[in-house]
Amino acid sequence: MDRALLAASTFCFLLGFAYTMYALGARVYRPSWFNFTAILCGFFLQMAFLVTRGNAIHRCPTTNLFEVFVFLCWSVVLLYLLTGSAYRLSLMGAFTSPLVFVLQLFALLAPIDPPARVIVHPRPWLEAHAALSIIAYGAFAVAGVAGVMYLAQARQLKTHKLGTVFFHLPPIADLSVALRRLLLIGFVLLTAGLLAGFGVGAPVLKVAWGLSVWLIYGAILLVEKFKKISPRRVAALSVAAFCLTLMTLWGLNFIAAGS
Amino acid sequence: MNVICLGLSHLTASVELREKFAVADADLALAASRLGAMDGISESVVISTCNRVELYAASDDAALGFESLHRFLGEQAQAHHYDPQIFYQYDSPHSIRHLFRVVSGLDSMVLGETEILGQVKKAYSTAFGIGATARHLNKLYQRAFNVAKEVRTNTGVARGSVSVGSVAADLAEKIFGRLDACKIMILGAGETGELTAKALLSRGAKSILVANRTHERALELASKMGGDAIPFGEWERPLAEVDIIIGSTAAPLPVLTREKLRPVMQQRLDRPLFVIDLAVPRDAEPAVNDLEGVYLYDIDSLRAITEQSMDSRRKELAACEQMIERHVREFSEWLAADTARPGALPDTRRQFEVPQP
Repeated sequence: MDRALLAASTFCFLLGFAYTMYALGARVYRPSWFNFTAILCGFFLQMAFLVTRGNAIHRCPTTNLFEVFVFLCWSVVLLYLLTGSAYRLSLMGAFTSPLVFVLQLFALLAPIDPPARVIVHPRPWLEAHAALSIIAYGAFAVAGVAGVMYLAQARQLKTHKLGTVFFHLPPIADLSVALRRLLLIGFVLLTAGLLAGFGVGAPVLKVAWGLSVWLIYGAILLVEKFKKISPRRVAALSVAAFCLTLMTLWGLNFIAAGS
Repeated sequence: MNVICLGLSHLTASVELREKFAVADADLALAASRLGAMDGISESVVISTCNRVELYAASDDAALGFESLHRFLGEQAQAHHYDPQIFYQYDSPHSIRHLFRVVSGLDSMVLGETEILGQVKKAYSTAFGIGATARHLNKLYQRAFNVAKEVRTNTGVARGSVSVGSVAADLAEKIFGRLDACKIMILGAGETGELTAKALLSRGAKSILVANRTHERALELASKMGGDAIPFGEWERPLAEVDIIIGSTAAPLPVLTREKLRPVMQQRLDRPLFVIDLAVPRDAEPAVNDLEGVYLYDIDSLRAITEQSMDSRRKELAACEQMIERHVREFSEWLAADTARPGALPDTRRQFEVPQP
């Protein structure tokens, strides 16, 4: 039942993605209610999945990689809905829906949702740690999306090839500000998540990984703060850092499950 | 009831001809009232811009109405030779279609321009103000303004800029967002540089520095733009604080070189620099564009964007015409139903308040 909700949600993001591809291909892209509605429906279906799964396991649904991916996607959409309107980044939806679609499709197809063998009793600090950390990764994901948008806009400006999306993409200065704030939000949430996770007996590998991600984003924020690199490099780094985080998250859970 | 239109525009007549029939803004009310008092005309609007002179009227007898419109323009031309062949004349539904195309910018010299909408609104409100319009033209013009809005919102006919100055201002906004905090430097006080700077000022830019080999000319331009002039020899000094450079000098070799800008850009890694090079020969080396954070546009690349905008506007024409056609059909149906309704009054004008010439 809950997987059907997730499949429906994934379909909504596919619709948003397909519409964007069609509109860009036909060179008539305009931010539209269709894309926003598809994302909103996908978001509510994600939420329905998380509530159903949470009720079934009597705890925050972050017990395996499948649930972590869905929770991450939900955080990404939540942050998009908050950030997209706050910074008038209407086109961000066009960039967010393919990311969420791919992540959820992967979660649905990959064998990463085994039935729980041991009943785990709820541990509030552990759940706070997991939830805060995943929302932080959601912020990093949206920062990655903003980074892609920045790179796309900067490239168009540099090469003088102004495509269909040029007129809908926000100014690079605004994207740079949004990107910086998203990185900061993610960093603060991740710090809080890591602090909540201290003393809950997390595996050393996971703690080391969490600290590595924290250090990477901390370093990006630091060099940005002291203006040691250009905004374009900050954008490129935020995209690379999120890709790295996502890939290592899967590998880490794979190793943790094996051990 | 028929809506009739008689006029001439940049598409059909030279400027020498158009100016003979032009009606000054101050005389629009008088013209509309004079026209409204002529035989066969129950409502009237006079549109006169630099690109067109058009008379619109509601008439129960189109033939008589056209005769009056010709007589009006004949009087307007005064002693000049009047040739009725130089005008286009439309009755419903062609007149309705023509008005919708005009307000949507499809009949303009620059396709999709928006200035015409303001001019037609002004002409209509003048006619409305003196009671020269009533039920039919009021409804027609309200519909026309809605059509213009719909066409511009739902198609790309007004998208992109079609002049070098506005393209430069658009690009500046895509780089910096708001321009009010941007500092502009004009190198060389040429006319194109001045026009581009004006376009940037109109979008909110406030701070301008002018450097020119003839310092008096720099002072003159700076005072005109509300900026400051600096000696040409010192233009490199404030470079680190400048966000937009407009190059329009007559220098035979590039003034802005990679070597000069590289150390400046290293000091301001977090802030981009927009270089608008309008000079021929060019003021900026093309290699400047390779520097991190520098966005260089020369005159050819700006013109290419204006061409691109015009092309994409032209591609939207079919969609615009389709949209307009739907409104023409709906309005024509309303007009026919209104004319056929029992008790329809032939003349529903308000009492004229004829202004004194």
